[in-house]
Amino acid sequence: MSASVALLLAEEGEKMNPLLPEWPEIIIGLLCFFIVFGILGKKLLPSIEKVLADRRDAIEGGMERAEAAQAEAQALLEQYRAELSEARHEAARINEQAREQGAALVAEMREEGQRQRESIVAAGHAQIEADKKQATAVLRQDVGSLASQLASRIVGESLEDSARQSGVIDRFLDDLEAKASAAQGASK
Amino acid sequence: MGADVTQLASEAGCHLFSGCGFPAPGLNEFEFEPIFTIGSIEFNKPMLLAFLCAFLVIAFFWAAFAKPKLLPGKLQLVGEIGYDFVKRSIVLETIGKKGEKYVPMLVSMFFFIWIMNIMSIIPFAQFPVMAAIAFPAGLAAVVWFTYMFLTFKTHGFVGGFKNLCWPSGIPGWVMFILVPIEFFSNIFVRPFTLAVRAFANMFAGHLLIVMFSIASWYLLSPSLGAAYGSVSFVVTLALTAFELLVQFLQAYIFVMLASSYIAGALEEAH
Repeated sequence: MSASVALLLAEEGEKMNPLLPEWPEIIIGLLCFFIVFGILGKKLLPSIEKVLADRRDAIEGGMERAEAAQAEAQALLEQYRAELSEARHEAARINEQAREQGAALVAEMREEGQRQRESIVAAGHAQIEADKKQATAVLRQDVGSLASQLASRIVGESLEDSARQSGVIDRFLDDLEAKASAAQGASK
Repeated sequence: MGADVTQLASEAGCHLFSGCGFPAPGLNEFEFEPIFTIGSIEFNKPMLLAFLCAFLVIAFFWAAFAKPKLLPGKLQLVGEIGYDFVKRSIVLETIGKKGEKYVPMLVSMFFFIWIMNIMSIIPFAQFPVMAAIAFPAGLAAVVWFTYMFLTFKTHGFVGGFKNLCWPSGIPGWVMFILVPIEFFSNIFVRPFTLAVRAFANMFAGHLLIVMFSIASWYLLSPSLGAAYGSVSFVVTLALTAFELLVQFLQAYIFVMLASSYIAGALEEAH
C-alpha cells in the first residue's frame, strides 16, 4: 500500500508540492485579475464614483438651497417687520404733526380773533374818545360863547321884567337849540 | 488504497465496518486532471474557476454600476455598500487621502479574492481558487511590484532603500541587527507571507471541509457509525459556515496588508 502511494507520488513528481506555483496558473490568475481591474477601474468604478459625487452634491446642494430659501424668507420677514414698524412710526408722527398743526392753527385763530377784537374795541374806544374830545371841545367852545353871550345879555338887558327875563331865556334857549341843530346839520 | 486516494470516498463505496480503511483526503484534493491542453499548457479546474470568478465580479459590478442612478436600485445599493466598505474602511483608513488613486486596484483585488474564496462552498465548484498557490502568488506579486515601484518613485533609489530598511528612532547599535532584518522582512518576507497566508487558510479550510464530508459518508453505515456520521455532518455544516467567515476575512486581510504596504511606500521620509 505504501509502495503504491510512493509510486503515485513518484508519478506525480514535483507537481504535488502545494507551495510550488505553476506558471500557467499564475498567468491565468494575473490575466483574470487584470481583466477585472481593467473593467472595474476603467469603466465601472469611475462611473459609480461620479454618481456618488453627484449624489453628494445633490444632497448638499439641496440643503444649501433650502438654507438659502429660509434665509431669504427670514430676510423678507425682517424687512416686512421693519417696514411695518416704520409705517407705524410714520403714521404716529403724521398724526402728532397734524394734532400740533391743528392746535397751532386753533391757537393762531384764537389769537387773531383776540387781536381783531382788541383792535375793534381799541378803534371803538379811540372813536369814542375822539368823539368825546370833539364833543368836549365843541361843548367847551359853545359853553364859553354861550356863557359870554348869556352874561352880556344879562348884563345888557334889565332884569326887572321877569317876563322879559323869561323871554330872554326862552330866546336864548331857542337860539341855543337852533345853533345846536345847525351845528349838528353842519357836522353831518 | 493508493488508487482510492485519488477518488472520493463516495465513489469508492467505502464505509465503516465494511473492511475498508478511511480514505483520508490529501494533496490529491488539490490536483486536477486537465480539462483540455493547449500545447504543453494544461487548462485545469482552478483556471476555469478563476475565469468564472472574474466573470462573476465583472457581471455583478456591471449590473450594479453600468447605468448608475442618483437614486440607487437594490443591486446598485448593494454594490455601493461593498465598494464603500473597501474604499473607506480599508483603503482610505489605512493609506489616507493619498490612497484615492489605489482604490480601483484594491477594490478589484478584494472582490476577486473574495469570490475566489467563496468558490470553496459553491456546489460543483467546491474549490477555493486561492488554495492553489499560483493565484495568491500572482496577486501578491502585483502588490509587491506596486509596493516597490511606489517606494522608489516616492523616495528615489537611496531614499527608497532607506525607507525599506532604516527604521526611525532606533539607537545606532541596534541598526546593525535591525537593518538586515528590515530589509529581508520588507522585500522578501512580506510578499511571501502575503501569498502564503491567503493560500494556507484556504488550503486548510478546504481540506477540513473535504475531510469531514468524506468522514460523514465513510461513517454512514447501518450501525453505530450512522451516529458518528451525523456528528461529522454537523461539523461539516459548522465548518462551512466558519469558512464563509474565513473567506471574507482572508480577502479583507490581503487587501488591508496591501494597503498598509502602499501606505508605507508613500510615507514621508523619516
